[in-house]
Amino acid sequence: MHEAFPILLLCGLAAGPAAAAELPPGRAAELERLVLQDCGSCHGLTLKGGLGSDLRPENLAGKPLDVLTEIVLDGVPGTPMPPWRPLLSEAEARWIANYLLNGGAQ
Amino acid sequence: MTRFMALLCLVLAALPWRAQADSLRATGDLGVVVERASGALLIIDQSDHAAIGRVEGLGDLSHASVVFSPDERFAYVFGRDGGLSKVDLLTQSVAGRVLQSGNAIGGAISDDGRLVAVSNYEPGGVRVFDAGTLKMVADIPTGSKTIGLVDAPGRRFVFTLWDAGETWIADFSKGEAAVTPPKITRVQGIGRNPYDALITADGRRYIAGLFGEDGLTALDLWQQPPIPRRILAGYGRGEEPLPVYKMPHLEGWALAGERFVLPAVGRHEVLWIDSRSLEEVGRTRTHGQPVFAVARPDGQQVWVNFAHPLNDTVEVIDTPSGEVIHRLTPGPAVLHMEFTPRGHEVWVSVRDAGRIDIYDTHSFEKLGEVAAQNPSGIFFTARAHRTGL
Repeated sequence: MHEAFPILLLCGLAAGPAAAAELPPGRAAELERLVLQDCGSCHGLTLKGGLGSDLRPENLAGKPLDVLTEIVLDGVPGTPMPPWRPLLSEAEARWIANYLLNGGAQ
Repeated sequence: MTRFMALLCLVLAALPWRAQADSLRATGDLGVVVERASGALLIIDQSDHAAIGRVEGLGDLSHASVVFSPDERFAYVFGRDGGLSKVDLLTQSVAGRVLQSGNAIGGAISDDGRLVAVSNYEPGGVRVFDAGTLKMVADIPTGSKTIGLVDAPGRRFVFTLWDAGETWIADFSKGEAAVTPPKITRVQGIGRNPYDALITADGRRYIAGLFGEDGLTALDLWQQPPIPRRILAGYGRGEEPLPVYKMPHLEGWALAGERFVLPAVGRHEVLWIDSRSLEEVGRTRTHGQPVFAVARPDGQQVWVNFAHPLNDTVEVIDTPSGEVIHRLTPGPAVLHMEFTPRGHEVWVSVRDAGRIDIYDTHSFEKLGEVAAQNPSGIFFTARAHRTGL
């Protein structure tokens, strides 16, 4: 475990922010399903918003990847947006943020 | 020869009649399943445990809900994309469709079956349509996301404003809706961020659940105007609530004996409320955060499903003892449960397995399956005759 952590960190650095490759095989498809189906219960299947805000790329344009990743992990206090940290790793949250910024194109 | 001709005439005369008799069908044991990702409605036959058709082209159906015309022939489907579709269960086709807003959340049909109302996030408010033609007859902007839209006796609709914490009652009892605007009663002080609401089956009490605070607000619709009454205030008793990955639903909140049951927000429990005093009389610890807590029509059992990531499980609670008496694991993403009108079966949608499971509610035996694409809500036509459904 102590050894695995820096290695993971290095992988993240080496692959850069847009890397989807750091997820284990099949995980990306699961995350996409999570975004559309579970995030979709508040943000809509097409992500154009509902109780939650509009998550389409035109609406997110200019928002830093790190900020979106943090919102996924820690939620937005005072709103219904929950922290997903108990269920998702940082790499997974980053993958989702990147997925949203790129409108689903990975 | 004459005899032969006479016989032939008889046979010919009888043929069309027979054909018609064979093709006649009633809709009382039909229902629909929302296939959320494919924008379709699956038409199901309760008695046959089967799908009998599919109607496509209904748009974004995430979180879609359905009400029925009084004759149980037409289903009105409220899509997330603002689409209002009228589906004919007999011809299995779209009888009408309007894109009435950009972003909608549920709807209701008036007690006389003449008006259909849709609750909108964007632009916030309620729009009301002629149930026959789907022509808009009233537009009620609220400047706020609206939730918890239900019908109430006396040709009224009741709905609540998420941002403003108000409940509005729109009364369409005077005159033609297209000509006479509804009389609006605004009730303030409902509370912070009401997320859903329900009306009791007798149409008297309207109860809104609050996301922004621990508690609910009840209105007695027999009062003029209704005075909001906070109930179960602080039911979390200062505990830090858990992250809520799916908002609970209050619809389907039925009277279970002398008690109501409802899902607690951000907690692994359901709460029991005395139906007369509206005070808490107990709670039951559950497997996860409840989404639906639905009483079997006789009230003896309550079936509960759960939020992500514990949403593969259903628990059955015995009403008299308040204890979990059975646990099922139908599969990934159980989204909805619908009882047959007299409660002998429950139909359960298992989204990620692409299935509807049918259970006997007395033996808990699985009776059958119906394949469906990402199924969410299940709605039987008997809802046509229930206030608030």
